[in-house]
Amino acid sequence: MEAQKLSAVKPVNSKKDHSKLSKALKQIKSEYHLYLMFTPVIAYYIIFRYIPMIGSVIIATTDYNIYKGLFASPFVGLTNFKEFMNNVYFWRLIRNTLAISLLDLIFAFPAPIIFALLLNEVTKKRIKGIIQTISYLPHFISTVVIASMIITFLSQTGLVNNLIAYFGGEKIPFLLKEEYFWGIMTIESIWVGMGWGAIIYLAALTNVNKELYEAAYLDGAGRLRQTWHITIPGIAPTIVVMFLLKIGNLLNVGYQLIILIYNPSIYSTADVISTYVYRRGILEASYSFSTAVEFFQSIIGLVFVTVSNKLSKKITESSLW
Amino acid sequence: MKITKARLAFNIFNGIFMVLVCIVTLYPFLFVLAASLSSPVFIAQGRVSIIPLGFTTQAYKMVFEYPMIWRSYFNTVYYTVFGTAINLVLTIFAAYPLSRKTFIGRKFFNMMIFFPIIFNVGMIPSFLVVNTLGMRNTVWAIVIPGSISGFNAIVMRTFFESIPDAIEESAKIDGATHMQILTRIILPLSLPSISTIGLFYAVGHWNSFFSAMLYLRDQERQPIQIILRNIVIMNQTDTVMQSVDNDRAQIAESIKYATIMVATLPILLVYPFIQKYFVHGVMIGSVKG
Repeated sequence: MEAQKLSAVKPVNSKKDHSKLSKALKQIKSEYHLYLMFTPVIAYYIIFRYIPMIGSVIIATTDYNIYKGLFASPFVGLTNFKEFMNNVYFWRLIRNTLAISLLDLIFAFPAPIIFALLLNEVTKKRIKGIIQTISYLPHFISTVVIASMIITFLSQTGLVNNLIAYFGGEKIPFLLKEEYFWGIMTIESIWVGMGWGAIIYLAALTNVNKELYEAAYLDGAGRLRQTWHITIPGIAPTIVVMFLLKIGNLLNVGYQLIILIYNPSIYSTADVISTYVYRRGILEASYSFSTAVEFFQSIIGLVFVTVSNKLSKKITESSLW
Repeated sequence: MKITKARLAFNIFNGIFMVLVCIVTLYPFLFVLAASLSSPVFIAQGRVSIIPLGFTTQAYKMVFEYPMIWRSYFNTVYYTVFGTAINLVLTIFAAYPLSRKTFIGRKFFNMMIFFPIIFNVGMIPSFLVVNTLGMRNTVWAIVIPGSISGFNAIVMRTFFESIPDAIEESAKIDGATHMQILTRIILPLSLPSISTIGLFYAVGHWNSFFSAMLYLRDQERQPIQIILRNIVIMNQTDTVMQSVDNDRAQIAESIKYATIMVATLPILLVYPFIQKYFVHGVMIGSVKG
């Protein structure tokens, strides 16, 4: 007791830090396996996640020259960003990206929810299981296979055109006409995502208190009212979180699929920010410019997801973090 | 609860809806299968719908006689096995320490892993990093850059955390090191979670093509998805076809369908058995994550 009182009077900082540090070191020594195994993880994150993050800021604000490297390339500030915003394709890229994303939000986001609600009404467990299993098969198919299906089915001699011809219509070169692209992307998104997306909602549905339904039934509520007043509020938190995730990714449209199925004649509706970055950056090696474009996209995405997160906290009490 | 007329009507509607969903989901696969086994003449005429017309395995024969198919299959299997192994080791190495309460810097490191999930680093800087490290055109470019999925690490960490402390403590009293605790106690108890995450990684590897497209120059190293892309999307059916006759354009169509089947058949075959792992995994991940 005495000794503690005494040390309380002395300037205690150095002693405290010293003992804290040595305590920590002792801890690390005794559990060194823990820290040893975590080291490659730290290395991974630094090299492959954080250095690129920092690097992208540097590259975006310089006139990056591969031979001069990161630190010798001339600093140009916001020139690359300005160049992007004045680029002739700027509005087109943003429009296409937002259009595909919003169509996705309007049509492909509700699809799994509706599917889950309807599937939930199927009483025979076995059949329900079979339907479910079939429904998420598309999720496991590779993007290349999906692109291949799209390309072959929409070709002149493909499935869809054959059907059209059968009914006496004129064949349409779908992938060469800009007006069809957004529709194709939306349909693809629903086909692939409906079954898999429903899993989360089905899980949420099972968590809704059964007694609420019984009480509502006794009060004379029909199925529809029960759904409106119990089921939907019950899965609302899940819907909100999923919605947030989608908003955060608003600008990150599935560019891998687009790269596989687009072509110059439909760039006017098919070219999105990421595909443009891919062409200018990877294929044409305009590193500074494309990194600036990409950075622009990531920052806006971060802002979106942060704002939605805050909003959702206020409105529904559930959020991502 | 007696069934009202409205309820009956709904059930019928729902039944039709579900049948439609199943048909729409399965039909593309059935069509591709049928077309791959049909005579090119009928495909060109557009008469193939569900069953093969003019049954022939000619397309498959040509596909399997194309040596790159076998090479790329081998590559894909190699990348999948090797890649998944690295994924699992690193993800476990990330999740385990984070799940231990005595781990110093826990909060900081949790944030380190969480942040990249919401702020995605770009294609270009990663591309430059990978190239600078000299990993271009090697298996490392396929296997390392995406090796730790932050989401999977968090799910696994949550799972590890759910194992009762008492077990770890009694092992510590017995003088076990963390490595021993991990390998002898935690891992055996986490097998369901680990196999599920492993399956996720594995399917991801099998289906991946973008990394290969970015980083692999040699034909010899390409995975099957790239070969599929070359044949179907870039119309390089010439490399597959040996014959030089008029049926070229027609045969090309059936070869495309056969190649699609070849690229996706393993997943289709394995799918019924492993899908319950994925569903279970998603449900755990969503509830706890």
